[in-house]
Amino acid sequence: MPYRLHMMVCAGTGCVSNRSLELRDALSAELARRGLDKEIEIVTTGCNGFCGVGPILLVQPDGIFYQKVQVKDVPLLVEEHLVKGRPVKSLMFTPPEAKEPVPRMRDIPFFGKQMLVALRNRGMIDPEKIEDYIARGGYQALAKALTTMTPKQIIEEIKASGLRGRGGGGFPTGIKWETCVHAHSEDGVRYLVCNADEGDPGAFMDRSIIEGDPHSVIEGMVIGAYAIGAHQGYIYVRHEYPLALKRFMIALDQAREYGLLGKDILGTGFDFDIEVHRGAGAFVCGESTALMASIEGRVGEPRAKYIHTVEVGLYNKPTVLNNVETFANVPVIIERGAKWFASIGTEHSKGTKVFSLAGRVKNTGLVEVPMGLSLRELIFDIGGGIADNGKFKAVQTGGPSGGFLPEDLLDLPVDYEKLYEAGSMMGSGGVVVMDHTSCMVDVARFFVDFLQSESCGKCTPCREGIKAMHGILSRICDGKGSEADLATLEELCSVVADTSLCALGGSAPNPVLTSLRYFRSEYEAHLQGKCPAGVCRALITFRINDKCTGCHLCFKACPTSAVLGEPKQMHSIIQGKCIKCGACYDVCKFEAVTKE
Amino acid sequence: MAIKEVSEEKVREIARRWGGREGFLVEMLQDVQTEYRYIPEAAIRTLSKEVGVPVGQIYHLATFFKRFSLKPRGEHVVSVCTGTACHVKGAPRVLDACARELGIGVGETTRDGKFTLEEVRCLGCCGLAAVVTVNDDIHGHVTTSKVPRLLKRYKGTEKASHGEADDQ
Ligand SMILES: Cc1cc2nc3c(=O)[nH]c(=O)nc-3n(C[C@H](O)[C@H](O)[C@H](O)COP(=O)(O)O)c2cc1C
Ligand code: FES
Repeated sequence: MPYRLHMMVCAGTGCVSNRSLELRDALSAELARRGLDKEIEIVTTGCNGFCGVGPILLVQPDGIFYQKVQVKDVPLLVEEHLVKGRPVKSLMFTPPEAKEPVPRMRDIPFFGKQMLVALRNRGMIDPEKIEDYIARGGYQALAKALTTMTPKQIIEEIKASGLRGRGGGGFPTGIKWETCVHAHSEDGVRYLVCNADEGDPGAFMDRSIIEGDPHSVIEGMVIGAYAIGAHQGYIYVRHEYPLALKRFMIALDQAREYGLLGKDILGTGFDFDIEVHRGAGAFVCGESTALMASIEGRVGEPRAKYIHTVEVGLYNKPTVLNNVETFANVPVIIERGAKWFASIGTEHSKGTKVFSLAGRVKNTGLVEVPMGLSLRELIFDIGGGIADNGKFKAVQTGGPSGGFLPEDLLDLPVDYEKLYEAGSMMGSGGVVVMDHTSCMVDVARFFVDFLQSESCGKCTPCREGIKAMHGILSRICDGKGSEADLATLEELCSVVADTSLCALGGSAPNPVLTSLRYFRSEYEAHLQGKCPAGVCRALITFRINDKCTGCHLCFKACPTSAVLGEPKQMHSIIQGKCIKCGACYDVCKFEAVTKE
Repeated sequence: MAIKEVSEEKVREIARRWGGREGFLVEMLQDVQTEYRYIPEAAIRTLSKEVGVPVGQIYHLATFFKRFSLKPRGEHVVSVCTGTACHVKGAPRVLDACARELGIGVGETTRDGKFTLEEVRCLGCCGLAAVVTVNDDIHGHVTTSKVPRLLKRYKGTEKASHGEADDQ
C-alpha cells in the first residue's frame, strides 16, 4: 500500500464547521474519478490549530499547506498539484507582511515557532485509527513503562521531569502521584480521573487534544494508573464537546481490542479500564471535589479541602485528578526521558504549554510553545498581531480566574510564576487578546457575570460577594458609578478572595483587580460618563456623518427602523428609536457611522 | 411540534442502559433530555424508583446543570456562545439580534415550540468567534446582520409564524 501522497484533511471542529468533511468527500470522489485513489490516500485528521483559515488541507510528504479550500477548488487542485505536480499558489497562505504565499507548513510563522510535545501528532494521524497512532510510536511508552519500569521509577521520572498540572493550578504531577500512593486506602483501591471539563470560556486545548489524538490521553492515563496502582479510571468530558466524546469512545474501544486497556494489559497482568462521564454544563464541575461529586451522581458542589482528594477523593478513596494535557505529556516523558523534558522551558516551569489564541488577534487557533516564550512572541509572531489593524490593549490569560495584562507587560515570559506575580495566572491556557474595541470595565463585568451564574451557591462570600461586585460593575457600565464604588469594589474583592470555599470564588476577583490595576483610567472615564472603547451602551451614541453615500445598507440592517434616509442621500439616526445594537456600524463600508 | 408522551417503559430502559447506577444519574438525565427535550416530572419519578434515590436528589441535579430543563424546549435550540472570545467579538449584540428575530428572551421558547434561545459559555471553537449553534450545526463568524438569514434556514419546514420575513 505505498501511497505516493497523503492528503491530510483537517476535521477539527473549526474546519468541520467550515465544511471540511464535504471537501474530503469531494476530493475522494475526484480522486476516484481520475483513478488516483490507489496512489493517493485521504486522511481525516484532528485539529491543526490554525482554525481561522479553515478548511485546511496538508499534502504530505511535501508539507504543502492549503487553506480556505472550497469544494469548487477540488478539480483545479487535483489537476494542478496531484497530476501535474504544480502546487496551487492561490490556495496557499500569505502571512500578513509577506508578498508571496508560503507553500510549506513549517515556513509559516504561525507554525514555525511552535514546539509540539502534547500535540506531537497534530494533523499527522487519523484520530479514529489506532494504527495511525501506533505507527507514530504510540503506546511504546506504555510498553516501556509496564515491562521495564516499576511504578516507583515512573513516579521518579515524572518528578524529575518537572511536569506540572496543565489544568490551572500547576501542581507538580509527580508529587501528586506519590502522595496518592502513600495515602492510606483500606482495601488498596485508588482511582485515576482525567479532567476534560474545560470550563474556561475561551479555551479549547483539551478539546483539540481529544479530538485530534485521543490515544495520547489514554496512554498517559494507563501509565499513571500503573504508577499509582489504580484499576479504575474516569474521564469527565463536557457535553458541549460531542465530537471529542465520540472520538474518545472510539479510541477506548480500539485500545481494549488491542489489549492496551482492560484486563491483563499487554500481557503483564495489569488491569485498568476507563469509564466516561459527561458533564452537563457547570463550570464549577471542573473543580476537583465538585467533579468527583458529580461522577458519584451528586450535585457538583465543592467541599472544603482540609483533606485533599489525593487522600480522600472519589468514593472516599485516594484519587489522582489530572488534566487532559497533563496526561498527554506523560508518554513523551517516559519515552524520551525526564532530562530531555526538563531541558525545555524555564527554571520552575518545564516543557511546553498549549495555548488557545483567540479574540482580536489575526491568527486565532491552537499553539504549543516552550514555556518562557514572551507574550509578545505569542501574540505578534505566532498570532500575527492584532486583527483588522487594531491597536493592542490587553491580553487575558487564565480565564475567569486569571487577569488582564497591559502592553508594557508584553515581554513577560509565560510561566506559572511570572503570570501569577503579574496578578494573572496560567490557568488552562486560554489567551484572549483585546484591542481598542474592548472596554475593560465591560470585560471585567463579563467575567464577574460568568462567575456569578456559575457559582454553585454553597458558600456565602462567593454567592453574594460576586453578585455585589456585579452590581457595582453594572452601575459603572451604566454611567452611574461613583468614586466610592471603586473603593467598595476593591474591598469586596479581598473579602471574596479570602473567604470563599473553593478556588472559583478565591480567584474570582482577579479579572476585576487586574483591570483596576492596569486600566484604572477606563474606570475613571466611565465615572465621567464616557466609555472610551464605545462598548457600554448607556454611554454611547450612534451618528451618521457626511461620509455617508446613501448606500442604504444601514437602513436595511436597522432592526428598529431608526435609520432615516432615501437611497443615494445622506442618512440619519433617530436617537429615540435607536437601541444601540450596532448593526448600522457593522454594515457600513464608508466609516460613515460613528459611535462616541 | 407536539411534545412527546412520557413513557415509563422508555425511561426505565434509559435507567437500565446505565445499569441503574447512581453514578450515572447525570448520564440518564442527559438521555432523558435528548429523548423529550426536557426533564418531565414523570421521568424523575421513574428514575428515582429505578435507581433507588430520593426524588429530591434528582431534582437537585436537574436544576443544577444548565443542560437540563424542566420545561419543554423547542425543536431547534439556538445557542449563542457568550464565552470570552465570542464576547470580545460582539456576542452580546448577536444574542440580542437572535432574541429580536425570534421574539423571545434568553431561556425562552417560541409559542409554536420551534425555537429555544440559549446562551452557552464557550463551545471550544473560539477561533470562529462569534459562534452560534443551532442544534448540532456550528456557525462561525456570526455578526448581527447575518442573524436573520441564519435563522431563516431553520424556520423552513413549516411557515414561520412570527417575526417578519427577513431582508437579505
Ligand atoms: C472553578 C474551577 C474550575 C476548574 N476547571 C477545570 C477544568 O475545566 N479543567 C481542568 O483540567 N482543571 C480545572 N480546574 C482545576 C482542577 O481543580 C484541578 O486542579 C486539575 O484538574 C488538576 O489537574 P492538573 O494537576 O493536571 O492540572 C478547575 C478548578 C476550579 C477551582
Ligand atoms: S468563546 Fe465562543 S467558542 Fe469559545
